[in-house]
Amino acid sequence: MADQFPIEAGHILLFARSVGDANPIYYDEEYAKKTEPGAIIAPPTFVQASAQFTEDYGLRPKVGEWWFGSGKEPRGSGAPKPPEQESGGGGGGGGLHAEQHYEYHRPLTPGMVLHWEREPGETWEREGRRAGKLIFTESITKYYDQDNNLVITARSVGVRTERPATQG
Amino acid sequence: MALKASDLSVGQVHEEQVCYDLSRTQIVQYAGSSGDYNPLHTDEIFAKAAGYPGAFAHGMLTMGLTGKMLTNWVGDGRLTKFGVRFVSQVWPGDTLTSKATVKEIREEGGQKLVDLEVETVNQDGTAVATGHATARVD
Repeated sequence: MADQFPIEAGHILLFARSVGDANPIYYDEEYAKKTEPGAIIAPPTFVQASAQFTEDYGLRPKVGEWWFGSGKEPRGSGAPKPPEQESGGGGGGGGLHAEQHYEYHRPLTPGMVLHWEREPGETWEREGRRAGKLIFTESITKYYDQDNNLVITARSVGVRTERPATQG
Repeated sequence: MALKASDLSVGQVHEEQVCYDLSRTQIVQYAGSSGDYNPLHTDEIFAKAAGYPGAFAHGMLTMGLTGKMLTNWVGDGRLTKFGVRFVSQVWPGDTLTSKATVKEIREEGGQKLVDLEVETVNQDGTAVATGHATARVD
């Protein structure tokens, strides 16, 4: 079955807390009724949590599988590392998020069930000052509700670096 | 509580401190809510082994914090576009301030819109995220 993201009020509350946003429209139904949207809505970056419901998402530990975060050893824990797997999951952390862009077509509210289509965008390279060669990869994801209405268009750019990017 | 086009002017700035002394716990909270469990963000031991000085925040946490400034200002459900580039890392202990600057006030199909330049800086004034947003205004 294709991945689906059920939009739930409790998840919106937890997400809003995690970005330090106390706006009652994210958890108080009575309050939300009196606002312009007229219902609880999700914060602008909430759709990123579709990762929770993406079956093959590599940055979530999976039961019984090797995980690349620390346990007894600084790199790698959980089940024994499969011999063919050199870096696992997020590739040992070499991939970072470079850009994220959203277009909002309709409010995201509890009760919606999103599905999505992802298409690859462009790939380009640049020489970084600290991290060596940078390889950028773009992907475009269109999120639809259960009635196939377009809800959000997301454009994401990831970057892989030769060396750890230590700036800031 | 939405913005009125007639109250806005090009160059107008709105800013908000969106986090103070960012805790590792908040980064863990964000990992849990977003589902991005990359240990680079929550696992100091792993992050050091991977060549970083320590664990650092998700870019998307910075974007989420930045979005809070926007929705607090333009109103709920008013954003039509929001995008950022992550230009510098955010570390535990950072204090972030997000700023929106009015670039243009325009009308499209009878709907008034405001285009904003968005920037989030840390306590040293270094930009950590830069981008743009568009919101419906009255």
